[in-house]
Order: sequence, then C-alpha cells, then structure tokens
Amino acid sequence: MNPRSERAGFVPHLVMGLMAVYFLLPFWWLLVAATKDNDGLFLSAPLWFSEFHLVGNLKTVFSQENGIYLVWLRNSALYALVSGAGATAVSALAGYAFAKLRFPGRTKLFALLLGLIMVPATALVLPTYLLMSQAGLVDSIWAVILPSLLNPFGVYLLRVYTHESLPDEMLEAARIDGAGELRVFTSVALPAMRPALVTVLLFSMVASWNNFFLPLVMLSDDHLFPLTVGLRTWYMSATLGNGGEALFNVIVTGALVAIVPLIAAFLLLQRYWRGGLTIGAVK
Amino acid sequence: MTQVETRSAAATAVAGPPTKKRRHLREAMTGWLFVLPFVVLLVAFLLLPMAYAFKLSLYRSTLIEGEHFAFLENYTQAFKDPLVREGVVRVIVFGLVQTPVMIGIALLAALLIDHATSRFSRFFRLAAFVPYAVPVVIGTLMWGFLYSENVGPFNSLLHIDFLSSDVVLASLGNVVTWQWAGYNMIVLYAALQGLPREVYESARIDGAGPAQIAWRIKTPMISSAIVLATLFTILGTLQFFTEPLILQPLNPGSITQHYTPNVYAFNQAFSFQQYNYSAAISFLLGAVVFVGSYIFLFATRKRSAL
Repeated sequence: MNPRSERAGFVPHLVMGLMAVYFLLPFWWLLVAATKDNDGLFLSAPLWFSEFHLVGNLKTVFSQENGIYLVWLRNSALYALVSGAGATAVSALAGYAFAKLRFPGRTKLFALLLGLIMVPATALVLPTYLLMSQAGLVDSIWAVILPSLLNPFGVYLLRVYTHESLPDEMLEAARIDGAGELRVFTSVALPAMRPALVTVLLFSMVASWNNFFLPLVMLSDDHLFPLTVGLRTWYMSATLGNGGEALFNVIVTGALVAIVPLIAAFLLLQRYWRGGLTIGAVK
Repeated sequence: MTQVETRSAAATAVAGPPTKKRRHLREAMTGWLFVLPFVVLLVAFLLLPMAYAFKLSLYRSTLIEGEHFAFLENYTQAFKDPLVREGVVRVIVFGLVQTPVMIGIALLAALLIDHATSRFSRFFRLAAFVPYAVPVVIGTLMWGFLYSENVGPFNSLLHIDFLSSDVVLASLGNVVTWQWAGYNMIVLYAALQGLPREVYESARIDGAGPAQIAWRIKTPMISSAIVLATLFTILGTLQFFTEPLILQPLNPGSITQHYTPNVYAFNQAFSFQQYNYSAAISFLLGAVVFVGSYIFLFATRKRSAL
C-alpha cells in the first residue's frame, strides 16, 4: 500500500463520518430531550443533558389521560401482529400457488397482480373508508386490519422466491408418498419458504406499525388509535395550545418509547431487512 | 423407498391417463383455493375501492338536486382549480429537486460502503439505514422539534425560520431525504454487490483510482437500479401527504390546506365532506402514478427475470 491509497481511505471515512452525524443527530437529540422536563427542553442547550427527568417523563407518558399511551402502544402491537401474520399467511398461500400449482387463469391473475402492485395506497384510502362505513366497519379494529391483509408485493416476492428455491421434485416426492395438497404445502413448501416468509412478515409488520393515513381516516375513537395517530393528536394539541394536556416533553418521551422496539427489531433482524430489499432491487 | 416405488408403479399401472386428469383437476382446485383469500382481498380492498372512487368522481351532490350524474364535471373543475394546480406544481418541483439530491446522497453512500470494508463502514451502513425504521409520523415530529425556534439546536446558530413559506419545502425535503436516503443506499448497494469484481480489478491494474472506478465504472453499471430508485422516489413524492400534514400546525400559513394534491383531497373529504370532488382528485393522482409506473415497468421488463 502506498501513501496515496491510504489517504484515499481517509477521505471516504471522513465523508461517511459527516453523513453518519446527519443521520444520527435527530436520534441523539431525541434521547437527550427525553431526559428533560418541559422547562429544560426550552431553556437548556438542545444537544446536551441538563437535569435528569427521564423517569418522571416515562411516568407521565404512561399515566397521561388515564394511561392512554399504553392503549395506543397495545393497539399498534395488536395491529402489527395480526396484520403481519395475516398478510404473510395470505401471501404464502397465493405465492406458493402462483409458483407451483397449475390452475386455469393463473397467468392472467398474476399479470393482474403485477399491474396492480403499483396502485398507490393513498388513493384508495378515501373510497375504502366510504365502503367500510357503508358496511358498518369503520371505527373498529377491522377497519385497520382487513385492508392491511392485502399485500400484492408480498405475494410477488414469495412467488419469485418459491419458484427459485423449491424444486418440483420435492413436492412430487411428497405427493407420491400420499400427502394431500395441504400437507405438501405445510410440511414441504412452508419450511423451504421460511427465509422469504420472515422477510414478508417483518415488512408487513413494520408497514402496519408505521401506518398513519389508514387509521387516521378509519378511526375516531381514541381508544382504538395506534401510536402514530395518537402521538399526532398530542402534538396537535401541544402546538396549537387548544386545551390539550400533553406537554412537549411527554411527546418527545412518547416518540422515543415508540421507536425503541422498532430499532431493536431492526438491529436484530438486519439480515431479513436486507434480504427483502435485495429481492426488491432485483425486480 | 421400495414401498414408494411400488406404490407409484401400481398407481400408473392401474390408472394411467384418467388419474392424471383427476390429479390435474385436484391441482387446479387446490390452486384456486390457495389464491382465494388473496383474490377476495384484492377485490374488496383494491378493485372495488378503485371502481367506487371512479363512480363517485362522476357524480355530484348538491342540496337542491341531491346526488346526480355529472360525468366529467369534477375533473374539469379539478383541472381549472388553482389550488389543485398549485399543489401539483409544488409536488413536481419537489420531486425534481429533492429526488436527485437524495439519490445523489444514497449513491455516494452506497459507493463508499462498497469501497471501504472497515468496521466503521459497517457501522455507517446501519446509521444511514436506521431512519427508515422510524415511522414517518415520528420522524417528522422529531424534525418538527429540531426546526422549532425554542427547542431545536439550529436556530441559535443559523437564524433561519425553517417553516417560513420560503424554506418550508426544503425543510420537508430534508425530512424525506433523512428518512429515505439510507433505504435507497441499501438498494443501490445491493446492485453494486451484484457486479462482477473482475471488471474493476483490471481497471485498478490499469492505474484507475478508487474515485475514478466508482464514478466511471461502478455508477454506469448500476444505472438501471439508479433509474428505478429515482422513478419510485418521484412517484412517492407525487403522493406527498404525511409530512406536510404533521407539520401543518407549526405554521398553517406556509403549509396550507391545499399544500399537496393528497392533502387537498384529504381536506376536501374530511373537512368539507366534498367526497365526489375529493374522489376525482385522488383518482386523477392515482391514475398518474399508476400509468407512470406501469409504462416504466413495461419498458424495463425485458431486462428483468420476469
């Protein structure tokens, strides 16, 4: 290694360092801000600690308005789990069928799926709301969960993965052994599809946890709100000052508590995140 | 093993074509049963709402006449509405400025982590990607605080009102860049990882430096991934909604009720109960995004595995 290539190693690291500061600064600010009371938030230096009130803030977050934050947290978890598991199950069945079973209309249906994969979800929220309200389903957990079960991209991803990684001979062998189609699916196909299933599960759970537009429109009972919608109501009342109880330090701490599980899940399951994005990139 | 062979041999011996036919029928039935839940959801939450939005957009509702067929009146109104036009122009400007900046950052970051294989570059990869794991609502809230005059760290240094009407679009662009640059970095990095290493090994032997290799060889080789990421970002920015809605209470004067087409459609429906007009705007926007991406997918289909 000559000196020139070593210097070339320094500049990239400097650039990466500066970019890392940009990406991480808001997190640092949030972490510091969550330890301050409302006065500290306004009066002390924004990027460094002053009096330590994290425990008090956490207590307030969880006790504010009779502990509604905990209800929102539970709702977010419930919506994410049920939507995630449901969407993955539906996608697994359909993805497997598209990849491995011959049935009339398969090609046309899959072409339709490919065509509809790009329909923007935001354009569908309003008509879905109106249809759901005619069906009497708005302002219930189903109004948020049922539309989230549809995941065309998950079906596509599982179809591609199954097509490439599950040899027909394995299915054939199981059939010759006398296994029924459901049995072939559960004991041969599902284990082989596992890495892609985890990716789809992770992505649909995160999508549901992050969802905002759909629950914002569908729900009016604040006991059904997920965290995203709930925190926004606190934020609105704090910024507009219209009689809301929440103070900024409570919102900041609430935001921190809301992202901790996501970041933990993200760090633990990196492999699967990247797997999903890479398959998406190949497309 | 022997058992299996005997059984399958027996099956063919007994039946031949008829069982084969029955097996095909069974496979077809299973196939349909397996896709059925997906098809039901597809109809209920995609095709039906689409058709319903289109139908709504062709009707009008007035106090005197009640609901009546109005054909394309809502659409002509939308085309003439200066508030729609303002929002459309804004998201187009936003898409044209914010997208290249963000994809540029993502490309630079991807080239850097592809080049450097140190422990720090692995840490950087995580740091850049973490904002993607944060819900858009919360990411926007965080930046709302950082932009604020009293709470944020920048104001005492820069004396800029980040939410004044002159800079608010750039401030919103920064939120989007912060949240999505790392995601695009990973997508581009995956494309870079798929390149054959020999190509730039030989360029290196020919005396090309890492910067030259990155810009002259690697970047052109992943151009299709860059184009794809750019297009998806532009289509995303056309639907711009959550960020302006969250920051609206901070400065309702600069982030208006018609700031983007989606914000406008949302307010038309839920503040003014103008469902028909709102449906027309949503349908128009959805159609633009849909047609745009479909044309693009068709154009790039030859190169993909599909």
